[in-house]
Amino acid sequence: MTWLKSLAYLVGLPLLLVLIWWGLTLGRPNFFFPAPGLLMETFGEVWFGERIITDVLPSLGRLFAGVAAAIAIGVMAGLLIGSVRWLRSLLEPTLEFFRAVPPPVLVPVLMLLMGINDSMKVAVIISGCIWPVLLNTIEGVRAVDGVLSDSARTYGVAGWARVRYLVLPSASPQIMAGVRQCLSIGLILMVISEMFASSSGLGFTIVQFQRSFAIPEMWSGIIVLGLIGVAMSFIFQWTERRVLRWYHGQKEVENAG
Amino acid sequence: MLNPGVESGAPRTSRRTVPVQQFLGLAGILGFLLTWELVPRAGIIEARFLPPASDVLGALLRASGLTAFWVSVGETMLAWFLGLLIAVIAAVVLGFLIGSSAFLAKATSSTVEFLRPIPSVALIPLAVLMFGVKIESSLMLIIYASFWQVFIQVLYGVADIDMVANNTAKSYGLGRMARIRYVVFPTALPYLMTGVRLAAAVALILAITAELIIGSPGLGREIALAQSGGAISGMYALVLATGLIGVLINVLMRFIERKALSWHSSVRSEVIV
Repeated sequence: MTWLKSLAYLVGLPLLLVLIWWGLTLGRPNFFFPAPGLLMETFGEVWFGERIITDVLPSLGRLFAGVAAAIAIGVMAGLLIGSVRWLRSLLEPTLEFFRAVPPPVLVPVLMLLMGINDSMKVAVIISGCIWPVLLNTIEGVRAVDGVLSDSARTYGVAGWARVRYLVLPSASPQIMAGVRQCLSIGLILMVISEMFASSSGLGFTIVQFQRSFAIPEMWSGIIVLGLIGVAMSFIFQWTERRVLRWYHGQKEVENAG
Repeated sequence: MLNPGVESGAPRTSRRTVPVQQFLGLAGILGFLLTWELVPRAGIIEARFLPPASDVLGALLRASGLTAFWVSVGETMLAWFLGLLIAVIAAVVLGFLIGSSAFLAKATSSTVEFLRPIPSVALIPLAVLMFGVKIESSLMLIIYASFWQVFIQVLYGVADIDMVANNTAKSYGLGRMARIRYVVFPTALPYLMTGVRLAAAVALILAITAELIIGSPGLGREIALAQSGGAISGMYALVLATGLIGVLINVLMRFIERKALSWHSSVRSEVIV
């Protein structure tokens, strides 16, 4: 019975909301809010065709390329800047400024510098996503436990081994916090770069539907974006649990003691 | 040549006093501006795509003398403030309500987990249809995005209550309202402040996004107009202005957080999230 109960908790409210939605659109069709049945139908028609090849997959590819590059560059630069003290003090105010610039304004800037093409869209994602990863890595590297650091030095752990076994693990909780922010910014920038200047991709398609008042199609696009967001959040949580298993275990021990 | 501060600053870092750090930071900013000045001047990137820093700073100075600039800044900040305010109030009320009931928390968690990761930019077409290029479009995006930041933090905060403290308060005869005021609220406050700080940054991003893409009034729209009109120095100046606003908001939020939590130990060992 317990699993039945948890299942009820899981699907109870969503079912209730869909029912209310269905009930409200039952009698009088609303132009802005299509009925659930119609929406599901449109969803299948619109997205399970060639659109998935021409629009969805290229968008996802750019998102993945941008985010992966941002994480790689951010972590590497963060490791370097975080472990060299004068470099950190030299760059930190400038980096804080770049982090504070709202990433969407980079779209017109990069459009100007690179023109409208795939690499500009990837560059937008990279240049928006890199700051949380970079600054969190710097912060994480700086906060390496002093005793651990001294022990490692005493045992002659240096160079790459020091980075691999001391610095990276102890900075990883901070890095993952940065990656979480980076993912949601990346998704936003993917959509915006396509809405602002593009002739293909998810963001473009959705705006196109809205401009031609294809309301159920527009809603189905919103749902696709939502599903991508949810999927990314699940993938992130799964990865985080694996990467930071030792960390969560340590927290539990500390809290218990 | 590019970073004169590097050579002179490096040997002295062994005695790292605060002035040296500030000096280095300043040198970093100057070095960045100098690089920016030299790249177009040396012809690495054409000046019509990336004007030298002095041009852009000049444009920013000129803009700051114009009423139109301050009107757009005001419009952006108004959308930012209203959106943040509504989101925080809604999130605090719902967060305390749902967080303090085990049934509600369990029943809503799947819905929250599904709605939260939906990017607020997905709502742009809907906002355009419903509100057009008015401030309501910005507000809709801002509220949706910042609500979740605060709401989740409030839920964590309410869940973090020390049961011993709560039971003690109960046995000393504190009523429900008094317990919320003296036990629940102080426990949740640090979480709430973190949420508000994150939400403030997100709200600015969404305010600019809405203005840039939808065309609701504010700095973002001015950037789009300057770009399509070929006023390139002006566009970079506006981008700089949004960055400065972002820095100001960060500083302000940290200040408020520190003031509100001056009694709390976390202020001394703050982690940047």
